[in-house]
Amino acid sequence: MIQLPKTLPIRLLLTSLSLIFVSGCGLNTAPILDPKGPIALAERDLLFAALFVMMIVVIPVFIMAFLVVWRYRADGGKGKYTPDWGYSAGIDAVIWIVPAIIVIVLGYLLWNATFKLNPYKPLASSEPALEVQAIALDWKWLFVYPQYGVATVNELAMPVDRPVSFKITSDTVMNSFFIPSLAGQIYAMAGMTTQLHLVADSTGSFRGRNTQYSGDGFAEQWFEAHSMSNEDFEAWIEKVKQSDRGLDDASYAELAKPTIKHEVAYYSSFAPGLFGSILQKYAMNQDHRNLICTTTAQSEPVTPKLASLRKDANVRHSDD
Amino acid sequence: MFGILTIDALPFYSWVAMTGAGVTVLGGAGALALVAWFNFWKPLWNDWLTSVDHKRIGVMYIILALIMLVRGFVDAIMMRMQQAFAMGNDGYLPPDHFDQIFSSHGTIMIFFMAMPFVSGLINIVVPQQIGARDVAFPFMNAVSLWLTASGAGLVLVSLVIGKFSTAGWTGYPPYSGIEYSPGVGVDYWLWALLVSGVGSTMTGINFIVTILRLRAPGMTLMKMPMFSWTSLVVALLMAFAFPALTVVAVMLGLDRIFGMHFFTNGDGGNMMNFINLLWIWGHPEVYILILPAFGVYSEVVATFSQKRLFGYESLVYATAAIGFLSFTVWLHHFFTMGSSASVNAFFGIATMIIAVPTGVKVFDWLFTMYRGRIIMHSTMYWTIGFIVTFVIGGVTGVLLALPPADYLMHNSTFLVAHFHNMLIPGALFGYFAGMNYWFPKAFGFKLDEKWGKRSFWFWISGFYCAFMPLYVLGFMGMSRRMEHYDMPEWQPYLIFAAFGAVLVMIGLICIGVQIWVSVRDRARNMDLTGDPWNGRTLEWATASPPAVYNFAIVPTVEDVDAFHDMKKRGVAYAAPERYEDIEMPDNTPLGLIIGGFGFVLGFAMIWHMWWLAVVSLVVVVACLIIKSSNDDDEHIIPAADVEAIEKERLKIIASQPPHPVIGAPDSPVPDGSPVPGRA
Repeated sequence: MIQLPKTLPIRLLLTSLSLIFVSGCGLNTAPILDPKGPIALAERDLLFAALFVMMIVVIPVFIMAFLVVWRYRADGGKGKYTPDWGYSAGIDAVIWIVPAIIVIVLGYLLWNATFKLNPYKPLASSEPALEVQAIALDWKWLFVYPQYGVATVNELAMPVDRPVSFKITSDTVMNSFFIPSLAGQIYAMAGMTTQLHLVADSTGSFRGRNTQYSGDGFAEQWFEAHSMSNEDFEAWIEKVKQSDRGLDDASYAELAKPTIKHEVAYYSSFAPGLFGSILQKYAMNQDHRNLICTTTAQSEPVTPKLASLRKDANVRHSDD
Repeated sequence: MFGILTIDALPFYSWVAMTGAGVTVLGGAGALALVAWFNFWKPLWNDWLTSVDHKRIGVMYIILALIMLVRGFVDAIMMRMQQAFAMGNDGYLPPDHFDQIFSSHGTIMIFFMAMPFVSGLINIVVPQQIGARDVAFPFMNAVSLWLTASGAGLVLVSLVIGKFSTAGWTGYPPYSGIEYSPGVGVDYWLWALLVSGVGSTMTGINFIVTILRLRAPGMTLMKMPMFSWTSLVVALLMAFAFPALTVVAVMLGLDRIFGMHFFTNGDGGNMMNFINLLWIWGHPEVYILILPAFGVYSEVVATFSQKRLFGYESLVYATAAIGFLSFTVWLHHFFTMGSSASVNAFFGIATMIIAVPTGVKVFDWLFTMYRGRIIMHSTMYWTIGFIVTFVIGGVTGVLLALPPADYLMHNSTFLVAHFHNMLIPGALFGYFAGMNYWFPKAFGFKLDEKWGKRSFWFWISGFYCAFMPLYVLGFMGMSRRMEHYDMPEWQPYLIFAAFGAVLVMIGLICIGVQIWVSVRDRARNMDLTGDPWNGRTLEWATASPPAVYNFAIVPTVEDVDAFHDMKKRGVAYAAPERYEDIEMPDNTPLGLIIGGFGFVLGFAMIWHMWWLAVVSLVVVVACLIIKSSNDDDEHIIPAADVEAIEKERLKIIASQPPHPVIGAPDSPVPDGSPVPGRA
């Protein structure tokens, strides 16, 4: 964007400031401030509501800090001086009770919002949710569409206004799955499943990424999430189905190897029970598997149904 | 013989790494050369390295902290420069190097800058403030210092021999496990934490006992100065929180060295157990770093407002409440792990509750200034800068305590901005205020005010320039720890942040100049009375620098502002009828030896030199046996010597004009009219 070396700090400052303002601060496109789905919008609004409530304490502190320092400065301050005054029950009560009331109000907001925006909670809709299994790999994301029998790497598509139900795991170190425009993030952990429900309410392309530092390719570990009309989505699925590549055990093993800036890839099929078998890799045996899966409160155990699912065809299997 | 250590461990693979190694080696050599130039070997050994005097140990802690502050800041500015340039290109640092830098920056700033600074201030001040002659366990105190220094040494050595961790200062597995991090980097991090963590636990135990057992007669807990109160709570937090860190580090070490499976992906391991245990230590740790600074602010604001601290009891209860609550909120560091809504809501609300006692403290400081006579000393600059800036950090902290909002802001630069917003104004500004406030107590002369205020202005403007853009970048979806990016709209903010880092660098240089100028002009800045600021608490009743025994006669306390009260009653400098013999502990090199072999033990474990590890462990145990078997480790300072020292001190004090103390019999200012500050 700009060539920087050899410039003075002041010039850097002015350049950066002017760029910030010229570009409208870049804030009009900031994904957190301008969300594209109701979940992210509700999360943002909660943030602003809390910010607003807290101003009740913050603004008095700012005003008091400046007024008190000015009025009671030793060097010419006009205020009264009471060197032995160190307590007032009234003030003491106010400074405990007012912040306490604010925290009670925020606590109420928090409690309701946390349940309402629980990422595990399915979203109400007339259509069945689009199921996507997201698997974190070094350093890319694999998306499996069990309802459509296809899989993609580093590209996610969803019909606008149709809820998407993610099941998320990792076949490497801990990752965190995040599409800032659509919903908050959740960790992806090997041997465990986490869930995320979101919906896009406008079409467009939004960037998603891993936010949990995971090694050399971390900075490049992002993907585009496309929200599109139903027809476009069907066409997109068709396009993926045209791919001459399938994701069998061998090609998955190849894919799972660490790569940086992995290009978008389409797979017209995938090994049955792929998601379950990735979870299974990290389970020692049945007993230990239950142990692993109960450690994180809502992680789901891999059920023995898995084996039979493997036999099943690639349509509409799930691992719950 | 050398385990897995080979010549390849030397950093000949990149010029940036070579420069770092070169500067480290030259710095060490330069320090030795200076000692040789001034022929300082003997005093260095006799008065410092083998000392068990809490004041000297405190000074050495702070010297370590300042050295590591510079080292950690170099990391910081390298990261800011990398991110300012690396838009659409790789910048000047490869990922592997950038990752070591953010890992060592966090590790150094938390464990080897902030922790030694805290321990240093507590060591210098608390025994004097509670009217004690020493800490409860002077030898253990020396061991704690040298174990902390050993940990810092391991981090410094990693620059020259081998590499440092790339797993961040929190070292989350499975990334930090042997499978994903096969090199020695994580081991350097682990052993630095283990060695220094033992030191911190012992410091905690030492000061719990010191504060509970060695207070001057009359000083009930509710008459104890605020800094001592925050130190007591911090000592309790250290003693109870650090074992969790030690255990989790040992477990990760077992995974790495012996192929165990506590935190591995498969075979029954679970990384979330590590993350829970780490933050069970890690959240109290935040308060271990911040509460002492709160104590400093409380002392400074009362002294320089020339007024009693407002709401002392509220402040005590708020401090204790913060200490207790700090153990109940650890899960807010990972709301995004997929725990149920009720778990997240519980920890979210617990987190917000901490904002209440913290808010109370802020108002208590403001009401202390209210109806005071505020002298705008540089320590007040740091305090007022803190109050205003810290409130912003508190707000963003409460925002992050809302789980649904945290889902958006977790792992982003918003989070980075938030915790720097807490730790720079909340902790570091307090340490600087404490350094300026107690420097004359430790050295007998004051720090230069002009350069002190300059450093403040550069630090605070640098802070705002460096971190406000990061808040904005969080809203723009920037994750932390990205060594490059391809979003052009981020770059102006990152350049601005880099500019902020340059301002902070100037602030840091100002502190160096301040110390240099103050030492040069020390004849003009002498503190002859031991009470340069018209202080209110007992540490100002001793000489500056204090005699080795602090108090010839242990004072009897009747008020929270014990020394102010004594001045008011005109008994502050009353000579006793007769002096008594004083028993003080002997210096010993064993603390240094234990610390040194702690370092060797860590180094041997990192490089799999098992025989050397066993040898150093044996030496450490042998030192402890030798020390425990020696009953004759104290010496007597005869009453005549004490009398000579004290008579000289009282003579000097009598030659100086007294401070104005309202209500005191000989005060120059008997009524409530404005009192000018005395330079």
